[in-house]
Amino acid sequence: MTAHGLSPRQVVLALAAPVLGVLAWHLATHGQAYSLIPPPWDVAVQWWDLAFGGVWDDLYSETLLTHTFASLSRVYGGFALAALVALPMGMLIGRVAAVRDLLDPSLQILRPIPVTAWLPLAMIVFGIGPRSAFFLVFLGAFYPILLNTIFGVKNVEGRLFEAAAMLGVSPQAVFWKVVLPASLPSIFTGLRLGLGFAWVVIVVGEMTGVQTGLGAIIMEARQLSRTEIVISGMVTIGVLGFLSDRIVQLLGRRLLRWSPQHG
Amino acid sequence: MDDLAPRTETRPMTQLPILEVQGVTKRFAFGAEQITALSDASLRIGKGEFICLIGPSGCGKSTLLRMVAGFETATAGSLLMWGKPIAGPGPDRGMVFQDYGLFPWLTVAQNVGFGPAARGRPKAEVAATAKRFVDMVGLTRFADAYPHQLSGGMQQRVAIARVLANDAEVVLMDEPFGALDAMTRERLQEELLEVWARAKLTVLFVTHAIEEAIFLSDRIVVMSPGPGRIVADEQVMLPRPRDPTSPEFNALRRRFAAMLGGHH
Repeated sequence: MTAHGLSPRQVVLALAAPVLGVLAWHLATHGQAYSLIPPPWDVAVQWWDLAFGGVWDDLYSETLLTHTFASLSRVYGGFALAALVALPMGMLIGRVAAVRDLLDPSLQILRPIPVTAWLPLAMIVFGIGPRSAFFLVFLGAFYPILLNTIFGVKNVEGRLFEAAAMLGVSPQAVFWKVVLPASLPSIFTGLRLGLGFAWVVIVVGEMTGVQTGLGAIIMEARQLSRTEIVISGMVTIGVLGFLSDRIVQLLGRRLLRWSPQHG
Repeated sequence: MDDLAPRTETRPMTQLPILEVQGVTKRFAFGAEQITALSDASLRIGKGEFICLIGPSGCGKSTLLRMVAGFETATAGSLLMWGKPIAGPGPDRGMVFQDYGLFPWLTVAQNVGFGPAARGRPKAEVAATAKRFVDMVGLTRFADAYPHQLSGGMQQRVAIARVLANDAEVVLMDEPFGALDAMTRERLQEELLEVWARAKLTVLFVTHAIEEAIFLSDRIVVMSPGPGRIVADEQVMLPRPRDPTSPEFNALRRRFAAMLGGHH
């Protein structure tokens, strides 16, 4: 596979599965009087109404942008905050034995606790609303970034330290000249996974009683049995998450051209 | 770390050796046991000499080289460069590793310019130095390539250029051509001799290949294991360039093979 662009064959194969899936969905639901799952066309119409209005003209018409913007700001905000905390913390844990001994055991115990389990506590501490959502997204993105940063700075090839030392790099400069660039591929993997998790937990995060957000309308529409809206929200999250990952991947290819795994 | 002292061109021949190893012993803790990697080794190396350390694995040749590089400290004895104790790694002693040790995130030119850049030389000077040494090892066309795009032989050329660009007076080489195919190895050996003669380098070269040692060195230091020690230190008087198929070369090969005993 080439790094840039897809062959026509790849495009056809990539589209085959979703097209077949939608077709099966259509055949299973179209014309069924009491189907609990709406057929794809109804969902498409609903999505159009959510985005541009003019079909139902109800409470949800033309609100997609508002909800998308709310979710985007939580995903990227939570992700940015997670990176801001996890990157320096990971570097310290990876390079400084005292910090590792201080923090690592606690983190190992906190890490297996799923984000959903934090939901009630988050609502008590941060209240009902966007601050809880923000916290849960932060938590989802935090561990992948932290763990990959620790792994990256810890696993710098020993030879590179010797090479730097014999070329005259002072011990104080080794971190910037060797550790950081050498661990960039791992750190980048962590950021990519972290952003992916931020999208995964946004729905849970927005179960905290926020008014806007894709997760919020999915939960709300569920209670109103507006399944078309639920699926519209799901599709929107999928597409946004995909696009956001592609952007990160393109960035990685530029920044990590030197790495056989990324370049 | 700059060596501001005048270079040896101005020193009389009887002056200080560039490197001096005096009664050096190295012991490692191996579990509860103490392993003696090197026992009471002494060596005087003059400026401009090409010396091979040869011996089977476990004879302490790499340990000795790494102590001269400053990566390890001696348990007993002293290591001196221009009469001053070696306190740690430094740009005056450049090391060429068997596995190259290039910085994968830097291009060929950036790897070669790494030392001068790390020591705060102006950008234009770094670029000019890098270009000069990249050209010297014949990698002009690959100046902007990354290490993973190069063959092993080319990567080792970069590693040699990197050390030379950093003004190393002594070049320490730890089985540098051991991982290369025979053709590439021979070519690099010839190139190394050319650079050594041109740049008036002092080379300390570790190998376990007798032929390589005879082809390259002014002097061969033979080492033996259990515990690691120096057992012979001989001048190679053959005229250069040397012909590995000549009877004189073969006679030497037999001599050193006998000295290394059952290990070869």
